[in-house]
Amino acid sequence: MTETTDPKRGVSLWVQVVIWVFVVALLLLVAVTLKKRQQGTVQPGDTIPDFTLPLFSGYEYQGQSEVKLSDFRGKVVVLNFWASWCKPCEQEAAELQEAWEFYESNGDVVFVGADYVDTEPEARAYLKKFGITFFNGPDMGTKISQTFRIQGVPETYFIDQEGTLYYIKIGPFISVDEIKSIIDQQLQ
Amino acid sequence: MKKFLYTLIFIFLLSILFTGVAFAQEPLPSDDEVNAVASQLYCPVCESTPLDVCPTEACRQWRDLIRQQLADGMTEDQIKQYFVDNYGARVLAEPPKQGYFWLAYLLPPVLILAGAIMLFRSFKVWTKPQAASTGLDEEKSDPSKDEYVARFEEEIKKRN
Repeated sequence: MTETTDPKRGVSLWVQVVIWVFVVALLLLVAVTLKKRQQGTVQPGDTIPDFTLPLFSGYEYQGQSEVKLSDFRGKVVVLNFWASWCKPCEQEAAELQEAWEFYESNGDVVFVGADYVDTEPEARAYLKKFGITFFNGPDMGTKISQTFRIQGVPETYFIDQEGTLYYIKIGPFISVDEIKSIIDQQLQ
Repeated sequence: MKKFLYTLIFIFLLSILFTGVAFAQEPLPSDDEVNAVASQLYCPVCESTPLDVCPTEACRQWRDLIRQQLADGMTEDQIKQYFVDNYGARVLAEPPKQGYFWLAYLLPPVLILAGAIMLFRSFKVWTKPQAASTGLDEEKSDPSKDEYVARFEEEIKKRN
């Protein structure tokens, strides 16, 4: 009499399905993350999703302690990412302020500063040092910089009257004229 | 005696004049205390470098801020929460136990467990003696059950 044993059982089908679903999901997650990292910044032509920027006291917009991008619909928005620890930011600070003073009275252009990964006392000292008066506030939770997928500071994004990005400046501006020429091409 | 007393008062007043008045002052937290918190944080600017050893200006500012917050009596958790609120959850060395961050805690043990189970099963198969593995194997290895041998024996019987 021979002893009967069950033939060797493999991994059951549902376990295989679960494992494969899990592996595919993991690969997709890695692929999406890699794609995001290599994607670079948002591109001209992209519609910028609305965001809210809390403002430093003394830098409010029409008495509001925070602004939304949609508040500026119909205006050209110059969104500048900066930080007090960033040396290249200092190179363009005076130029940005001068350009802001040039357009401020017309009301069709607005300058907004988003302070990236900074501490408030140092940020305030920086704003005071360069006599900056345009709207400024901290990029809380780095949410706005993540929306724009910035690569560093300074970076400046020019958004048209409809909320569409039309120009990106990576690094500091070399002159006020450079800033003006980018704005004027949209105002004409 | 009176003269001696006046002299003492004069010396006392003089000492106040030259030394000033000293007030009790809370000592600032030490570098070790600051680094104990800073080592649990990462600056988004310099990824993969813990805040306590990061040499950049941004990180120095953050450490100064931690020192000030500790001096103000904030707890470690309050300081970490402040940094999360201001700079996002990615500044934490250990991801928070919420939302999809749970994956970071669950995936490694699940993968290790799955690997261990697979390894155990494979090891069992490898170490099992081949002959005693299954009834089917026995059947195959029994020469009397071999179809070719049976036919061969039958042919020999016919010739005899």
